[in-house]
Amino acid sequence: MGKATREAYGEALAKLIVEDEKIVVLDADLTGSTKTADAKKACPERHFNIGIAECNMTGIAAGFASSGYTVFASTFAMFAAGRAWEQVRNSIAYPNLNVKICGTHAGIAVGEDGVSHQAIEDIAIMRVIPGMEVYSPCDEAETKAVINHVAKTKNPCYVRLGRSKVDDVYSLDEEFDFTKVKVVTKGEKVAIFATGLMVQEAVKAAKALEEEGIKVTVVDVCCIKPIDEKGVLEILKSHDYIITAEEHNVIGGLGSAIAEVSVKSCPKNIKMIGIYDRYAESGPFNELLVKYELDANSIAKEVKELVK
Amino acid sequence: MGDLKLHIKNIRKNILKMVANASSGHPGGSLGAADILGVLYFEYMDINEDNAAGVDRDRFVLSKGHASPVLYATLYEKGIFKGDLMTFRQIDSKLQGHPNMNYVDGVDMSTGSLGQGISAAVGMAMANKLSKNDHRVYAMLGDGECAEGQVWEAAMAAAHYKLDNLCVFLDLNGLQIDGNTVDVMDSRPLDKKFEAFNWEVIHIDGHNLDEIRAALDKAKEVKGKPTLIFANTIKGKGVSFMENNYAWHGVAPNKEQLAQALEEVEAM
Repeated sequence: MGKATREAYGEALAKLIVEDEKIVVLDADLTGSTKTADAKKACPERHFNIGIAECNMTGIAAGFASSGYTVFASTFAMFAAGRAWEQVRNSIAYPNLNVKICGTHAGIAVGEDGVSHQAIEDIAIMRVIPGMEVYSPCDEAETKAVINHVAKTKNPCYVRLGRSKVDDVYSLDEEFDFTKVKVVTKGEKVAIFATGLMVQEAVKAAKALEEEGIKVTVVDVCCIKPIDEKGVLEILKSHDYIITAEEHNVIGGLGSAIAEVSVKSCPKNIKMIGIYDRYAESGPFNELLVKYELDANSIAKEVKELVK
Repeated sequence: MGDLKLHIKNIRKNILKMVANASSGHPGGSLGAADILGVLYFEYMDINEDNAAGVDRDRFVLSKGHASPVLYATLYEKGIFKGDLMTFRQIDSKLQGHPNMNYVDGVDMSTGSLGQGISAAVGMAMANKLSKNDHRVYAMLGDGECAEGQVWEAAMAAAHYKLDNLCVFLDLNGLQIDGNTVDVMDSRPLDKKFEAFNWEVIHIDGHNLDEIRAALDKAKEVKGKPTLIFANTIKGKGVSFMENNYAWHGVAPNKEQLAQALEEVEAM
């Protein structure tokens, strides 16, 4: 088992804050959970705790960014994207300010804390804001690369991060190009577009299916917006069966993003795997994935249904 | 008449003309804030046409962004905005109904959604402290706006971070779009609330230029905490039929009303 993406975020940020004196980090009383505590330890003078006041933190981020700083603002995804949505829209995205909203504890993988903390709408509501870039990395290597990438762009960005430890998909020296979708396993006929920790589940499903003679292409969509339309189209055109997999409501997230590309020039039936417009519950992360049919077995079952 | 009074008179006239020309906008709160913005921009802030595009200067955040006409008219009067004020609220204009910081030099934050500008001003003041510069951050809140919870989140953070480089005007005109502020949501006593949040609070008549100056001077001497200038103002100040009438919060004068209003402002 590898690190949680929030841990990778903390490590990457602790490095960046030392290297770049224009970076400031804001948190809303969750420094230990979001892992911005690492950056605070590395550079306490540029880490600010705003208290339990996410809307104000978002506005303060706008003030810092308008003063020439690159701002990383973190809290749980539910509050970063949810509670402060209108502040993100009006104080950060509309003026196009250099703020990176890094929401941790996204999806149902928060686990035991339950529904109030399980953001399954954040991709949808961040994606719909004009000018906002949306990233959903799957493991340590990809998260560190994303954090380094967004630190260099000047645009507002949302980065979706998880609480739970996940398997590594990539080695730490992997090269990433976030303008392109990334083919993780190459198969034929069946393609799964996956994001976040569903990349791991899709890869596991692909391995199991290969033993049964079904070869599946797994595509890691880390940058959900702006989406790599050309890359998505190539996959759509070259496969008969298309599946999307996300730890998010099936409304408005990765599945919708892929469907939006598809309807333009390559209409396809798309099977969306995700949370079916309902709330989950408290429980261990792995058991939740099984119950809500997001685990590798559930994905493999869907693939077999499709191709039979 | 001194130059400043003439500038403020021009600002008021342009507010009226812009709103009338657009047939929409917020004249009442804009007229009421004209004296404060006049003193700020002509006597206190180190902003001019050469430095306005950057941030290496004092800044002002109009948290009550619907009063954009007073900000645009002031920047015009100061020679920073050189465009046509009469494009206000029209297609292809830089003068949006609520201000966009990327369209007009000297507009320091995009505001309009109430309660948000004050947080951005807090962030700017924190940034100035971090950058170790002497620039001051000014902001203006409406009294109706203080019903927004974010105002108090920002007030708490400003005191926590000891932002003595932040000076906020509370434009206390007692009116908001639905009526008297005490009837819509009685937020009194706002001055005591800010005091309880560890702010320095200075009471003034927001139309008395000397009192505005004295408050700004005093705010510069305050150390270790932010300053709130509790400014009693008259919504629609200078136009008899608009004064203290909430119906003029967001309504434009017609041609005859404009003529009378301009006449009255001229006679101020």
